[in-house]
Amino acid sequence: MSEEGIVKKLMYVNRKAPYGTIYALESLEVVLIGAAFDQQVSLAFVDDGVYQLTRSQNTDGIGMKNFSPTYAALGDYDVRHIYVERESLEARGLTVEDLMPLTYEDEDDDWAEKESLRVVDSSELATLMGEQDVVLSF
Amino acid sequence: MKFGILVNEGPYQHQASDSAYQFAQAALNAGHEVFRVFFYHDGVNNGTRLTVPPQDDRNVVDRWSELAEKHELDLVLCVAAAQRRGLLDADEAQRHGKDADNIAPGFRISGLGQLIEAAIQSDRLVTFGD
Amino acid sequence: MSLLHTVNKSPFERNSLESCLRLAEDGHAVLLIEDAAVAALDGTAHTETIKNATGRLSMYVLGPDLDARGLSRDRVIDGIEIVDYDRFVTLTCEHDSVQSWL
Repeated sequence: MSEEGIVKKLMYVNRKAPYGTIYALESLEVVLIGAAFDQQVSLAFVDDGVYQLTRSQNTDGIGMKNFSPTYAALGDYDVRHIYVERESLEARGLTVEDLMPLTYEDEDDDWAEKESLRVVDSSELATLMGEQDVVLSF
Repeated sequence: MKFGILVNEGPYQHQASDSAYQFAQAALNAGHEVFRVFFYHDGVNNGTRLTVPPQDDRNVVDRWSELAEKHELDLVLCVAAAQRRGLLDADEAQRHGKDADNIAPGFRISGLGQLIEAAIQSDRLVTFGD
Repeated sequence: MSLLHTVNKSPFERNSLESCLRLAEDGHAVLLIEDAAVAALDGTAHTETIKNATGRLSMYVLGPDLDARGLSRDRVIDGIEIVDYDRFVTLTCEHDSVQSWL
């Protein structure tokens, strides 16, 4: 479903924690729908957005749906570039070990499972953001 | 230049819709094209025709409807976000067995693909939210 | 490529401006709108940060948002340009894309 062959670099920037507000969930819904458009997609998790990716989320006690398993499915939607800002993690006392492992299968490499999540420092993320045609912020 | 505008907050609670309106108006007055205004998150509340603001205040919803009529704007409410928040057009109301619909003139309900399309087709996408 | 960043939160309440300044590259532009207009004033706890940013970023503030909040245009930090909505539109045209720090 490409738009007359236009392929843009499109980055989703997530800066909000899940559950307290709906932004994280509805941002994820855009990513899933957007995957059908064959664009060069990447996701960035910055500030409280890093909390969206924590392991072992359990929402039983708050009566809301735990949507975190959907992040692990992003690889099936061809989302292969997920950037987490190092400074945001460190400021929150988190490391990559606190986050869900996110992978995709590379069809050009005999379907080898590869990491899609990469921790980058702010200068690298700034460069990546600066290269985008469209930035969707949530 | 072709603009896409994304409005992520409802009327009155946040300035986002007001800012987006001022921006859209300035863009149109300068001769630019507004490809689509997409309303997401609580932004879908900008499309209810049941809004009744005090008489001495601006009517955010009517203002969008009027701008749409004047410039043939495409005002799109995200269907998933709208249904969650009780905004239904006549078709949706019937499909879900609801006794009323409430979409203001000039607005239509459609899928998130319309946002992605706006991002791809527009030269610039400008987001207003919280 | 050059980005226009818009920020709409007071730095006294949220970290949107701080994150924007951390992730905006040299030569990018930053436009303060809505509650972020307060960050444009001289003599605040954030003035030094903003002044430093004007060295590497083009900084703008939306005049109507200053006026609405009773913030005198005379108090805006030197190096921050006060713009109207028409100029806001022009700024988006002059940059390759727009990123909103909400």
